[in-house]
Amino acid sequence: MSEELSAEVGTELPTARYELSREDLRSYAEASGDRNPIHLDEATARSVGLPDVIAHGMLTMGLAGTVVADWVGDPARVLSYGTKFTAPVVVPADAPAVVEVAGTVVALDEAAGTAEVDLVVTSAGAKVLTRARAVVALR
Amino acid sequence: MTVTVDESFAGRVYPSTGATLVTADAVRAFARAVRAAHPSHHDSGAARAAGHADVVAPPTFAVTLAQAAEQQFVADPAAGIDFSRVVHGEEQFTHHRPIVAGDEVAAELHVDRVRVVRGNAMVTTRVELTLADGTPLTTVVSMLVVRAPDPAPAPEETS
Repeated sequence: MSEELSAEVGTELPTARYELSREDLRSYAEASGDRNPIHLDEATARSVGLPDVIAHGMLTMGLAGTVVADWVGDPARVLSYGTKFTAPVVVPADAPAVVEVAGTVVALDEAAGTAEVDLVVTSAGAKVLTRARAVVALR
Repeated sequence: MTVTVDESFAGRVYPSTGATLVTADAVRAFARAVRAAHPSHHDSGAARAAGHADVVAPPTFAVTLAQAAEQQFVADPAAGIDFSRVVHGEEQFTHHRPIVAGDEVAAELHVDRVRVVRGNAMVTTRVELTLADGTPLTTVVSMLVVRAPDPAPAPEETS
Protein backbone atom coordinates (compact mmCIF):
# COMPACT_ATOMS: atom_id res chain seq x y z
CA MET A 1 0.00 0.00 0.00
CA SER A 2 1.09 3.59 -0.55
CA GLU A 3 2.29 5.60 2.38
CA GLU A 4 0.72 8.65 3.94
CA LEU A 5 1.64 11.82 2.11
CA SER A 6 2.29 15.02 4.01
CA ALA A 7 1.10 18.24 2.46
CA GLU A 8 0.19 21.72 3.57
CA VAL A 9 -1.59 24.60 1.95
CA GLY A 10 0.90 26.09 -0.50
CA THR A 11 2.76 22.84 -1.17
CA GLU A 12 3.73 22.84 -4.83
CA LEU A 13 3.56 19.71 -6.98
CA PRO A 14 6.53 18.89 -9.20
CA THR A 15 5.92 20.66 -12.51
CA ALA A 16 5.64 18.70 -15.73
CA ARG A 17 6.21 19.52 -19.37
CA TYR A 18 4.65 17.38 -22.08
CA GLU A 19 5.26 17.49 -25.81
CA LEU A 20 2.29 16.51 -27.97
CA SER A 21 2.69 15.48 -31.59
CA ARG A 22 0.04 14.57 -34.12
CA GLU A 23 0.95 10.94 -33.42
CA ASP A 24 0.13 11.46 -29.74
CA LEU A 25 -3.32 12.73 -30.73
CA ARG A 26 -3.84 9.62 -32.86
CA SER A 27 -2.86 7.46 -29.88
CA TYR A 28 -5.31 9.28 -27.63
CA ALA A 29 -8.05 9.03 -30.26
CA GLU A 30 -7.53 5.26 -30.43
CA ALA A 31 -7.31 4.80 -26.66
CA SER A 32 -10.32 6.99 -25.87
CA GLY A 33 -12.57 6.28 -28.84
CA ASP A 34 -12.86 10.03 -29.54
CA ARG A 35 -12.05 10.20 -33.24
CA ASN A 36 -13.40 13.69 -33.91
CA PRO A 37 -11.51 14.74 -37.08
CA ILE A 38 -10.66 18.19 -35.67
CA HIS A 39 -8.00 16.32 -33.66
CA LEU A 40 -6.70 14.30 -36.59
CA ASP A 41 -7.16 16.16 -39.84
CA GLU A 42 -5.88 19.61 -40.64
CA ALA A 43 -8.37 20.32 -43.43
CA THR A 44 -11.32 19.48 -41.20
CA ALA A 45 -9.96 21.59 -38.34
CA ARG A 46 -9.50 24.60 -40.60
CA SER A 47 -12.91 24.11 -42.20
CA VAL A 48 -14.59 24.72 -38.83
CA GLY A 49 -12.53 27.83 -38.13
CA LEU A 50 -9.71 26.39 -36.03
CA PRO A 51 -6.13 27.55 -36.67
CA ASP A 52 -4.90 23.97 -37.06
CA VAL A 53 -5.39 20.52 -35.55
CA ILE A 54 -6.08 20.81 -31.81
CA ALA A 55 -5.49 18.32 -29.01
CA HIS A 56 -8.49 16.70 -27.34
CA GLY A 57 -9.36 18.76 -24.27
CA MET A 58 -9.67 15.46 -22.44
CA LEU A 59 -6.10 14.57 -23.41
CA THR A 60 -4.84 17.79 -21.82
CA MET A 61 -7.00 17.11 -18.76
CA GLY A 62 -5.63 13.56 -18.68
CA LEU A 63 -2.01 14.75 -18.73
CA ALA A 64 -2.67 17.13 -15.85
CA GLY A 65 -4.40 14.28 -14.02
CA THR A 66 -1.24 12.23 -14.39
CA VAL A 67 0.70 14.99 -12.62
CA VAL A 68 -1.70 14.79 -9.66
CA ALA A 69 -1.72 10.98 -9.55
CA ASP A 70 2.10 10.84 -9.70
CA TRP A 71 2.39 13.35 -6.88
CA VAL A 72 -0.05 11.57 -4.59
CA GLY A 73 1.71 8.31 -5.40
CA ASP A 74 -1.32 6.22 -6.31
CA PRO A 75 -3.86 6.91 -9.07
CA ALA A 76 -6.59 5.39 -6.92
CA ARG A 77 -6.16 8.29 -4.49
CA VAL A 78 -7.57 10.82 -6.95
CA LEU A 79 -11.08 11.14 -5.54
CA SER A 80 -12.44 13.87 -7.79
CA TYR A 81 -11.12 15.94 -10.64
CA GLY A 82 -12.74 18.61 -12.77
CA THR A 83 -11.96 21.48 -15.10
CA LYS A 84 -13.25 24.03 -17.58
CA PHE A 85 -11.88 24.03 -21.11
CA THR A 86 -11.02 27.57 -22.13
CA ALA A 87 -8.44 27.48 -24.93
CA PRO A 88 -7.35 24.84 -27.43
CA VAL A 89 -3.88 23.29 -27.58
CA VAL A 90 -2.85 23.78 -31.20
CA VAL A 91 -0.71 20.95 -32.56
CA PRO A 92 1.14 21.85 -35.76
CA ALA A 93 2.45 19.18 -38.13
CA ASP A 94 6.10 20.14 -37.95
CA ALA A 95 6.72 20.72 -34.24
CA PRO A 96 5.13 19.35 -31.09
CA ALA A 97 2.84 21.44 -28.93
CA VAL A 98 4.08 21.92 -25.39
CA VAL A 99 1.74 21.58 -22.41
CA GLU A 100 3.02 22.67 -19.02
CA VAL A 101 1.39 21.67 -15.76
CA ALA A 102 1.89 23.18 -12.31
CA GLY A 103 -0.08 22.40 -9.19
CA THR A 104 -0.49 23.80 -5.69
CA VAL A 105 -2.29 22.49 -2.63
CA VAL A 106 -5.01 25.06 -1.87
CA ALA A 107 -6.95 23.34 0.92
CA LEU A 108 -6.62 20.50 3.40
CA ASP A 109 -9.28 18.50 5.19
CA GLU A 110 -7.39 16.98 8.12
CA ALA A 111 -10.35 14.94 9.34
CA ALA A 112 -11.00 13.38 5.95
CA GLY A 113 -7.30 13.09 5.11
CA THR A 114 -7.73 14.86 1.80
CA ALA A 115 -6.07 17.72 -0.06
CA GLU A 116 -7.44 19.95 -2.79
CA VAL A 117 -5.02 20.73 -5.60
CA ASP A 118 -5.33 23.66 -7.99
CA LEU A 119 -3.69 23.09 -11.39
CA VAL A 120 -2.35 25.63 -13.83
CA VAL A 121 -2.17 24.18 -17.33
CA THR A 122 -0.73 26.27 -20.14
CA SER A 123 0.29 25.91 -23.77
CA ALA A 124 2.01 28.54 -25.89
CA GLY A 125 1.52 31.05 -23.09
CA ALA A 126 -2.26 30.55 -22.80
CA LYS A 127 -4.18 28.94 -19.95
CA VAL A 128 -5.88 25.98 -21.63
CA LEU A 129 -7.69 24.66 -18.56
CA THR A 130 -9.20 26.84 -15.86
CA ARG A 131 -10.61 25.94 -12.47
CA ALA A 132 -8.72 22.66 -12.82
CA ARG A 133 -9.05 21.09 -9.38
CA ALA A 134 -8.56 17.67 -7.89
CA VAL A 135 -9.25 16.26 -4.46
CA VAL A 136 -6.86 13.52 -3.39
CA ALA A 137 -6.63 11.17 -0.44
CA LEU A 138 -3.41 11.67 1.49
CA ARG A 139 -3.64 8.29 3.27
CA MET B 1 -32.03 23.32 -40.49
CA THR B 2 -30.30 23.64 -37.18
CA VAL B 3 -32.61 24.08 -34.25
CA THR B 4 -31.87 25.24 -30.75
CA VAL B 5 -31.55 22.52 -28.16
CA ASP B 6 -34.92 21.82 -26.64
CA GLU B 7 -34.88 23.11 -23.04
CA SER B 8 -37.58 20.64 -22.11
CA PHE B 9 -34.91 17.91 -22.26
CA ALA B 10 -33.71 18.99 -18.80
CA GLY B 11 -34.60 16.27 -16.32
CA ARG B 12 -34.64 13.52 -18.90
CA VAL B 13 -33.02 10.19 -18.04
CA TYR B 14 -31.97 7.80 -20.79
CA PRO B 15 -31.96 4.03 -20.34
CA SER B 16 -28.74 2.60 -18.94
CA THR B 17 -26.33 1.28 -21.51
CA GLY B 18 -25.51 -2.41 -21.36
CA ALA B 19 -22.50 -3.43 -19.31
CA THR B 20 -19.19 -2.57 -20.95
CA LEU B 21 -16.20 -4.70 -19.97
CA VAL B 22 -13.10 -2.72 -19.03
CA THR B 23 -10.11 -4.66 -20.36
CA ALA B 24 -6.55 -4.47 -19.06
CA ASP B 25 -5.39 -3.58 -22.59
CA ALA B 26 -7.81 -0.62 -22.72
CA VAL B 27 -6.55 0.64 -19.34
CA ARG B 28 -2.91 0.30 -20.43
CA ALA B 29 -3.47 2.03 -23.79
CA PHE B 30 -5.31 4.92 -22.14
CA ALA B 31 -2.62 5.24 -19.47
CA ARG B 32 0.10 5.37 -22.16
CA ALA B 33 -1.86 8.05 -24.05
CA VAL B 34 -2.01 10.31 -20.96
CA ARG B 35 1.63 9.47 -20.02
CA ALA B 36 0.59 7.73 -16.83
CA ALA B 37 3.44 5.36 -16.02
CA HIS B 38 2.37 4.26 -12.52
CA PRO B 39 2.71 0.46 -12.21
CA SER B 40 -0.92 0.19 -11.00
CA HIS B 41 -2.07 1.05 -14.56
CA HIS B 42 0.17 -1.44 -16.32
CA ASP B 43 1.08 -4.35 -14.07
CA SER B 44 -1.66 -6.55 -12.61
CA GLY B 45 0.67 -7.77 -9.86
CA ALA B 46 1.48 -4.22 -8.77
CA ALA B 47 -2.22 -3.31 -8.82
CA ARG B 48 -3.10 -6.34 -6.66
CA ALA B 49 -0.31 -5.50 -4.22
CA ALA B 50 -1.97 -2.06 -3.87
CA GLY B 51 -5.28 -3.73 -3.03
CA HIS B 52 -7.04 -3.70 -6.41
CA ALA B 53 -8.53 -6.58 -8.37
CA ASP B 54 -6.54 -5.70 -11.50
CA VAL B 55 -4.93 -2.73 -13.28
CA VAL B 56 -6.42 0.62 -12.26
CA ALA B 57 -7.81 3.13 -14.79
CA PRO B 58 -6.38 6.68 -14.81
CA PRO B 59 -8.63 9.38 -13.28
CA THR B 60 -10.04 10.51 -16.64
CA PHE B 61 -10.57 7.05 -18.18
CA ALA B 62 -14.24 7.18 -17.14
CA VAL B 63 -14.88 9.57 -20.03
CA THR B 64 -14.55 6.67 -22.46
CA LEU B 65 -17.41 4.89 -20.70
CA ALA B 66 -19.54 8.01 -20.28
CA GLN B 67 -19.41 9.19 -23.85
CA ALA B 68 -21.38 6.25 -25.23
CA ALA B 69 -24.20 7.23 -22.90
CA GLU B 70 -23.86 10.93 -23.78
CA GLN B 71 -24.22 10.01 -27.45
CA GLN B 72 -27.81 8.94 -26.76
CA PHE B 73 -28.65 12.58 -26.14
CA VAL B 74 -26.25 14.27 -28.55
CA ALA B 75 -27.39 12.02 -31.41
CA ASP B 76 -31.09 12.08 -30.43
CA PRO B 77 -32.80 13.73 -33.44
CA ALA B 78 -35.46 15.13 -31.11
CA ALA B 79 -32.81 17.05 -29.17
CA GLY B 80 -31.86 18.98 -32.30
CA ILE B 81 -28.11 19.10 -31.72
CA ASP B 82 -25.77 19.88 -34.61
CA PHE B 83 -22.71 17.90 -33.49
CA SER B 84 -20.33 20.02 -35.56
CA ARG B 85 -21.27 22.93 -33.28
CA VAL B 86 -20.64 21.11 -30.02
CA VAL B 87 -17.76 22.33 -27.85
CA HIS B 88 -16.69 20.68 -24.59
CA GLY B 89 -17.08 23.28 -21.83
CA GLU B 90 -16.46 21.49 -18.54
CA GLU B 91 -15.79 18.02 -17.21
CA GLN B 92 -15.94 16.71 -13.65
CA PHE B 93 -15.24 13.22 -12.30
CA THR B 94 -16.20 12.06 -8.83
CA HIS B 95 -14.77 8.62 -8.13
CA HIS B 96 -16.67 6.46 -5.66
CA ARG B 97 -14.24 3.58 -6.16
CA PRO B 98 -11.46 3.20 -8.73
CA ILE B 99 -12.39 1.61 -12.05
CA VAL B 100 -10.30 -1.52 -12.63
CA ALA B 101 -9.89 -4.02 -15.45
CA GLY B 102 -12.59 -6.66 -15.25
CA ASP B 103 -15.31 -4.23 -14.21
CA GLU B 104 -18.48 -4.49 -16.29
CA VAL B 105 -19.73 -0.94 -16.28
CA ALA B 106 -23.25 0.33 -16.92
CA ALA B 107 -23.81 4.00 -17.73
CA GLU B 108 -27.01 5.92 -17.05
CA LEU B 109 -27.36 9.36 -18.62
CA HIS B 110 -29.20 12.22 -16.93
CA VAL B 111 -29.74 15.55 -18.68
CA ASP B 112 -29.52 17.82 -15.66
CA ARG B 113 -29.74 21.26 -17.20
CA VAL B 114 -30.30 22.97 -20.55
CA ARG B 115 -29.76 26.70 -20.64
CA VAL B 116 -29.90 28.83 -23.76
CA VAL B 117 -27.89 32.05 -23.60
CA ARG B 118 -27.84 34.28 -26.67
CA GLY B 119 -28.62 31.31 -28.86
CA ASN B 120 -25.87 29.12 -27.44
CA ALA B 121 -27.15 26.10 -25.56
CA MET B 122 -25.26 24.99 -22.46
CA VAL B 123 -26.16 21.39 -21.71
CA THR B 124 -25.12 19.76 -18.45
CA THR B 125 -25.23 15.99 -18.47
CA ARG B 126 -24.47 13.55 -15.68
CA VAL B 127 -23.53 9.95 -16.30
CA GLU B 128 -23.65 7.55 -13.38
CA LEU B 129 -21.24 4.67 -13.92
CA THR B 130 -22.03 1.60 -11.87
CA LEU B 131 -21.51 -2.14 -11.80
CA ALA B 132 -24.53 -4.26 -12.70
CA ASP B 133 -25.30 -4.74 -8.99
CA GLY B 134 -25.53 -0.99 -8.56
CA THR B 135 -22.11 -0.45 -6.95
CA PRO B 136 -21.29 3.18 -7.78
CA LEU B 137 -18.01 3.73 -9.63
CA THR B 138 -17.85 7.26 -11.00
CA THR B 139 -20.15 10.23 -11.53
CA VAL B 140 -19.20 12.07 -14.73
CA VAL B 141 -20.62 15.58 -15.19
CA SER B 142 -20.07 17.21 -18.57
CA MET B 143 -21.06 20.64 -19.80
CA LEU B 144 -21.38 20.85 -23.57
CA VAL B 145 -21.86 24.09 -25.42
CA VAL B 146 -23.89 23.89 -28.63
CA ARG B 147 -22.93 27.05 -30.47
CA ALA B 148 -25.66 29.11 -32.07
CA PRO B 149 -26.45 28.50 -35.74
CA ASP B 150 -25.74 32.17 -36.44
CA PRO B 151 -22.14 33.37 -36.28
CA ALA B 152 -22.85 34.72 -32.79
CA PRO B 153 -19.81 34.58 -30.52
CA ALA B 154 -19.72 32.00 -27.74
CA PRO B 155 -20.55 33.49 -24.30
CA GLU B 156 -17.00 33.20 -22.94
CA GLU B 157 -15.74 35.22 -25.89
CA THR B 158 -18.03 38.15 -25.18
CA SER B 159 -17.41 38.48 -21.45
